[in-house]
Amino acid sequence: MITVDKLSKRYGTTTVVDQASMVIERNSITVIVGTSGSGKSTLLRMINRLVEPSSGRVLIDGNDTAREPAHLLRRRIGYAIQGHGLFPHRTVAENIATVPRLLGWDQARVRARVDELLGVFQLDPAEFAGKFPHQLSGGQQQRVGVARALAAEPAVLLMDEPFGALDPIIRAKAQDDLLDIQRRFATTIVLVTHDMDEAFRLGSRVAVMSQGRVLQYDRPAALLTRPADPFVSRMTGSADRAMKLLSLTTAGEVAVPGSSNGPTVAASASLRDALSELVWRGAESAAVVDANGMPCGCLTVAAILAHGRPG
Amino acid sequence: MPGSAALLRLAALALLVAFLLTPYSFAPLFEPLTQYGAPAIYDQGNLLTLALAQIGTVLCATAASTLVAVGLGIAVTRPSGAQFLPLSRTLVNIGQTFPPVAVLAIAVPLVGFGLKPTLIALFCYGLLPIFENTIGGLRACPPAVLEAASGMGMSPGQRLLSIELPLAMPLILEGIRISLVINVGTAAIGSTVGAKGLGEVIIAGLLSNNAAFILQGGLLTGLIAILLYDTMVAVERRLFGNVRIE
Ligand SMILES: Nc1ncnc2c1ncn2[C@@H]1O[C@H](COP(=O)(O)OP(=O)(O)O)[C@@H](O)[C@H]1O
Ligand SMILES: [Mg+2]
Repeated sequence: MITVDKLSKRYGTTTVVDQASMVIERNSITVIVGTSGSGKSTLLRMINRLVEPSSGRVLIDGNDTAREPAHLLRRRIGYAIQGHGLFPHRTVAENIATVPRLLGWDQARVRARVDELLGVFQLDPAEFAGKFPHQLSGGQQQRVGVARALAAEPAVLLMDEPFGALDPIIRAKAQDDLLDIQRRFATTIVLVTHDMDEAFRLGSRVAVMSQGRVLQYDRPAALLTRPADPFVSRMTGSADRAMKLLSLTTAGEVAVPGSSNGPTVAASASLRDALSELVWRGAESAAVVDANGMPCGCLTVAAILAHGRPG
Repeated sequence: MPGSAALLRLAALALLVAFLLTPYSFAPLFEPLTQYGAPAIYDQGNLLTLALAQIGTVLCATAASTLVAVGLGIAVTRPSGAQFLPLSRTLVNIGQTFPPVAVLAIAVPLVGFGLKPTLIALFCYGLLPIFENTIGGLRACPPAVLEAASGMGMSPGQRLLSIELPLAMPLILEGIRISLVINVGTAAIGSTVGAKGLGEVIIAGLLSNNAAFILQGGLLTGLIAILLYDTMVAVERRLFGNVRIE
C-alpha cells in the first residue's frame, strides 16, 4: 500500500502539485489522469523521489520513503516512461539486467530472469537478447522498457505515459498485456496518462488531476455517476458516459442463470461489447460462455441497459 | 572504395616507415632541391628519433589536455557545476586563440627551454576541441535515457560512468582526434625552443636555405598526422560502430 500524504511541489512561486493525498491499494492498477501540465508526472516522480517533495510524505507499506537514500529506494520501485528510455549502447538483455546488476544478483539469476521476462513479453530470447534497441520496432522497445522496469521483481511499478508513443492497435495490445502482467506478478502499478479511455480501461481506481490538485480519486464508475467537479465530467465526457459505464462491467458479472438461443458472448466481454453484439444481431438476449466455451448464464438487453445509468 | 582507401593508408604507412628507417635511400629524390652540394637528407640527427620524440610530445600533451578537458566538461555539465560553464569556456577558448608561439614566448622565461614550454603550448592549444566535444556529447544524451537511468536507481556517478560517458565517447574521441592532429603540426614550433622533433629539420632547412630539409620535415609530419587520424577513426569505428542514439 502506498500512502500519498498532502504531497506538494513548488518551483519558486508556482505550485505544481498541491496537497495531493491518496491511498493506493496494493496489487492493483491506479491511474493518474489529467490534461498536459496538470502535475501528473511530478506527482508520480515524487513517489520514487526523482522529484523531491516540497512538503508532505509518501509511505510505502507504512515506511516513509524519505528515510532511505533516493537511489536505493528507486531500485525497489520499477519505473517505465514514454519513449522507453532504453540505453542505446546496451543490448536488450543488458538493458533488462540493469537493476538486478545494480542489486548485485549473480549472473545465473540475472540470465534466468532476463529470459523469463523476454518470454513473458513474447520476445524470443534467442532472437532478441543480443539485439540493440535501435533494431527493435516501437512496440518491442516499449515491451523491453516495461520488462526492464519489472526485472528486479519490484512490488511497485510506476509508469509515466508508457504507451503514449504507440499506435492504437499496438497500444490496445500493450494495455491488455499490462493487465495480464499485473495479475501475474501481483504488482502495485501507478500509471500516468492523459487519455481517459486508457484510464478507464486499466484503472481500478483513477485520480483526476487539474492544476496540481487531485480533484477526485475514485473507482471509474463513480467518476461517471458521481463526478466531484465539473472538470471531472468534462474529462470523462458526457456524450457517451452510458457506454463508458457499460464498458466497466463484464457480461459474466451480470449474467443470470438461464439459457438463451441468441448469440454467444464471452463472460470476459464488457457489457458495451455485449450490447453491440446484440444490436448487431437484432437479438434480445445472449448466451454467456466462460473461457472454455461452456454456457454459464444468460444476459438480456434490459439487464445491460440497467447497468448503463447511475444508481 | 573502402578497399582503395585502405591501400592508400597502407602506402602512407610504408612510405613513413621506409623514410624513417632508411632515409638515405630517398636521397636521389631530394637531391634536385639542394644547391651547392648541400646534403639532401637531414644529417644533424636521426629522423626516426626526432619523429618518435615529436609523437611522444604530442601524445603527452594531448593526454594532459584530455584529462583536463574531459574532467572540466563533466564538471560543468553537472547541476552543481553549471555556473562555471561560461568561465571555463572563456579560459579554454583563450587557450585556443592565443597563438602557441606566444605561449612559448611566455613559458620559456618561466620554465626554461626544451620540452616543458612546448608541452604547455600544446596542452593549451589542444583543450578546446576536447572540451567542446565532451560537453556536446554529454548534452546529446537523450533526456528519456537519463531519466530512466536515474529512475532505475543508478547513483549520479554510476549514471555518468555507465551511461553518459559511453554515449558521449564517440564525440569525445573525435575531439581527441582533432586535438592530436592539430598538435602534430603545431609541435614543430617546439623546435624553436629546443624541444626534440621534426620541426628541427624544417628550421635547419630554413636557416641553411635547403628546400630538401623543409620538404622532408613537412612530409614526415604530414604523414604522421594522417596516420594518427586514420588510426583513431579505425578505433572509433571498431568501438562504437553499433551504437546509435536516436
Ligand atoms: N523542474 C521544473 N521546474 C519548473 N517547472 C516545472 C518543472 N517540472 C515541471 N514543471 C512544471 O510543472 C507543471 C506540471 O508538470 P508535469 O508534472 O510534467 O505535468 P504533466 O505530467 O501532467 O504534463 C508544468 O507546468 C511544468 O511546466
Ligand atoms: Mg507528464
